[in-house]
Amino acid sequence: MNRCVERLYNGIIKENPTFVLVLGMCPTLAVTTSAINGLGMGLSTTVVLVMSNMLISMLRNIIPDKVRIPAYIVVIASFVTIVDFLLEGFIPTLYDSLGLYIPLIVVNCIILGRAESYASKNPVLPSIFDGLGMGLGFSLALTVIGLVRELIGSGKVFGFALPQIFEPVTIFVLAPGAFFVLAALTALQNKIKAKKGDDSNSPCLAADCSGCGNHNCGGRLFTMTSGPETAGVKEDAAGKENGQKEKEGTING
Amino acid sequence: MSELYHVSASPHDRAGVRTTHIMQMVVVALLPAAAYGIFHFGYRAALHILITIAASVITEYLYEYFMHKPITVTDFSAVVTGLLLGMNLPVAAPLWIGALGAVFAILVVKQLFGGLGQNFMNPALAARCFLVISFAGYMTNFTTDTYTTATPLAMLKAGESVDTFSMITGNIPGAIGETSAIAILIGAAFLILMGVITIRIPITYLVTFLIFMGLFGKGGIGQGFDVHFLAAHLAGGGLMLGAWFMATDYVTSPITKAGQIIYGVLLGILTGIFRVFGSSAEGVSYAIIISNLLVPLIERITVPKPFGKGGERR
Repeated sequence: MNRCVERLYNGIIKENPTFVLVLGMCPTLAVTTSAINGLGMGLSTTVVLVMSNMLISMLRNIIPDKVRIPAYIVVIASFVTIVDFLLEGFIPTLYDSLGLYIPLIVVNCIILGRAESYASKNPVLPSIFDGLGMGLGFSLALTVIGLVRELIGSGKVFGFALPQIFEPVTIFVLAPGAFFVLAALTALQNKIKAKKGDDSNSPCLAADCSGCGNHNCGGRLFTMTSGPETAGVKEDAAGKENGQKEKEGTING
Repeated sequence: MSELYHVSASPHDRAGVRTTHIMQMVVVALLPAAAYGIFHFGYRAALHILITIAASVITEYLYEYFMHKPITVTDFSAVVTGLLLGMNLPVAAPLWIGALGAVFAILVVKQLFGGLGQNFMNPALAARCFLVISFAGYMTNFTTDTYTTATPLAMLKAGESVDTFSMITGNIPGAIGETSAIAILIGAAFLILMGVITIRIPITYLVTFLIFMGLFGKGGIGQGFDVHFLAAHLAGGGLMLGAWFMATDYVTSPITKAGQIIYGVLLGILTGIFRVFGSSAEGVSYAIIISNLLVPLIERITVPKPFGKGGERR
């Protein structure tokens, strides 16, 4: 169970998909014109992410390695279609404002990335929590970006107009504003994380080096540190090369 | 004495010209146009210009102070940015708009990319575009107590006739520093005589623009070759200010001769496209910042060959 909590923390803070991994930029930049749009997009993605991670983790020993990407896409696309119809049926206003970006969740690289780098080589429960953590991290980031853009760009918070104490800066709800806010918030979270001190000696918790926020490591900790956490990780890395060899009993909380 | 023995890499031909010196000359060159704007629009224009300059300098100082960088406010580059931005504002705009634009120009466009010499587009123009997009209502409202008509360019676009002579002297509505073509040309002539800018970029820019307007500016192809029409377009809007003072910005224009010509042609075509086919009457600022972004590519294709390289081998 400890493993699951760690996955949540990892997804929301340590490897936040938007601010640290910088994945899924298309929806991040396009739909965050308001906090509610960001939240809706984030939660829709979370649902797809949790479900696809679960199913792909269940099927991880069945899916042949050579066709794994098409297989993942089929799984993801099925869940996206379900979410698409559910939103259209029950929250039509959100569906209208998100528009094309709901079907585009299929090609969101966070989902495929988690399937490829985590769910395909880990047991079901941690995979679900990995999806949940990543999804919540994504939702949090999109909501915060949307909140800032909505506040500065149209003087509202979650759609409620504030008293007019300043003139809204319209550019913030347009495309350039998305880049400004994303850059500023990424810089801010880097600053906060840097304040916590140099973490170059903290144990390596990442599933692989591609998503690690620790720039001082350069792959050293990944291969050198010993311990129960990284032992599993190492086996993952080995398993990636040996195709179907790994799985069972690597990490069981 | 020790300087005589100083060993260094090329260039060995050194001039005493410093950034501060050049920036001061640009400020001097801008003064006629700014002074005419203040004379023309009243004390509020002076207030706008002072606020943008003050905001630019203070922003630069504070950023460099808190980031522990060398303080460069004395090199006048922030003053030039503030002055140019102030001259690009309509006089009726609220005063805080200039301050906001100056903070954006210095902080986001200039300092975050590394300060003077590293900015990827002209800070004053980027700030102007930022303001036009954000506050379209304020930034396109050129009516004052004396002028209630649209700008000459908007009238031209609507097919109405304009008074070309007042456009050249500057007795028209518009942004503070852009109305008088004569005042801008006096400043430009000063810069050229002092060797601060060359005429390569402005001339290719203006000539290309005129040919484009002649060909496509008015109804059918080639009907725009009409002295009144072309003169009005030449003197109207921010074209003069942009061509002589902003397109020639050292940092954001190509350094190779061929590159400068390509850059000027590109500017002329883009400005023409925006003015003729765009939704707004003016297009100089967008043309310049888009061309700024293409400068690295232009420089890449116009790298000069070193002496002795290339050619046929016998």
